[in-house]
Amino acid sequence: MSGSASWSFSEEDSVAMTALLQKFLFESNARCALLVDRSGQLVATVGEQPNFDPTAFATLTAADFSANDQLARLIGETDFSSLFHQGEKESMYLADVARRVILVALFDNRTTLGLVRLKLKDTVADLTKLFHEVFSRGGPGKPQQAGLLAGADDEIDKLFG
Amino acid sequence: MSMINYASREINCKIVYYGSGLGGKTTNLEHVYGKTKPDTRGKLISLATETERTLFFDFLPVDLGTIRGFKTRFHLYTVPGQVYYNASRKLILKGVDGIVFVADSQIERMEANQEAMQNLYDNMAEYGYDLTKMPFVIQYNKRDLPNAAPLADLQASLNPGWEVTDAAKQRVAPDPYHAGENLVSQLPTGEWVERAQYFEAVAVTGDGVFETLRAVSKLVLKTLS
Repeated sequence: MSGSASWSFSEEDSVAMTALLQKFLFESNARCALLVDRSGQLVATVGEQPNFDPTAFATLTAADFSANDQLARLIGETDFSSLFHQGEKESMYLADVARRVILVALFDNRTTLGLVRLKLKDTVADLTKLFHEVFSRGGPGKPQQAGLLAGADDEIDKLFG
Repeated sequence: MSMINYASREINCKIVYYGSGLGGKTTNLEHVYGKTKPDTRGKLISLATETERTLFFDFLPVDLGTIRGFKTRFHLYTVPGQVYYNASRKLILKGVDGIVFVADSQIERMEANQEAMQNLYDNMAEYGYDLTKMPFVIQYNKRDLPNAAPLADLQASLNPGWEVTDAAKQRVAPDPYHAGENLVSQLPTGEWVERAQYFEAVAVTGDGVFETLRAVSKLVLKTLS
């Protein structure tokens, strides 16, 4: 591989992700769910709109997960599939999805860690299935994105002067 | 790993500024942050030590414009320059789409530059990425200092070129940013070599900062065309 692989998702994928996350929020009573890809890009946000910068949040989430992966390896584990950060009022639970995406649930004292963890497990399984489909059709060199900017060289040149 | 969101019509790409300690990577990002309009950039996140040395990374998202109806969002990262933090350096390279190597032009930093370049190759190889086949530019920073090494020495040391084996690419390619120079050329021995695009800069005053960013962003978008 010369560089990292691109991936893309369609409007239908986005609707399917949102539906799964909404179901999770309804069942767990968590406040907000975010999907972040492992390189730090925000994929989706559902629920109460966070009052922080979601892009920065996504970056730090990916870094947090990557750092913990390395810690896992140091103690002889292959990875930590989930992480929990407990705050006084707000807490967050992070779980790996298909080794490429991270699901983050933000919740407060209106629910419990046990319920969030339980409901998140099913959601992760559903999302894993969905992302396997997305990745299998959206890999590098696949027509969907290979042609995205095809013939746009002039436009790119113009944009950068 | 560029991510294309067809729902919000966005192309997201990741660019990493790499280089030895105190070379000016963070300064590059600070200049971009200071000179872009607030509505086209996000927050500058710095995970630094008390003495302002980058501990994990600096991060700045910027929008560079719209192409084919897709907003192009670039996430700019720097890595810690100190070798001590190599583990976190490596993590930042995950999913990278384009690299800017920031070299410190001072003669006494030549060795540190070379070590950082080797370290970049090694860390990329561990992810299975080939630096010679992806968007990669070099910035020679601190050109204003009296002890700056001559450009030719820096080029010879950090950008000697890699062999071009693909016959289709074995033809002279002029350097669009330096008149009379070539990015792909044939050596007297007959071998074809390709060099990375390079830029001279003084990041503290902003000279060369946007030229470097534009060049690498353009290369990244061209990989999608």
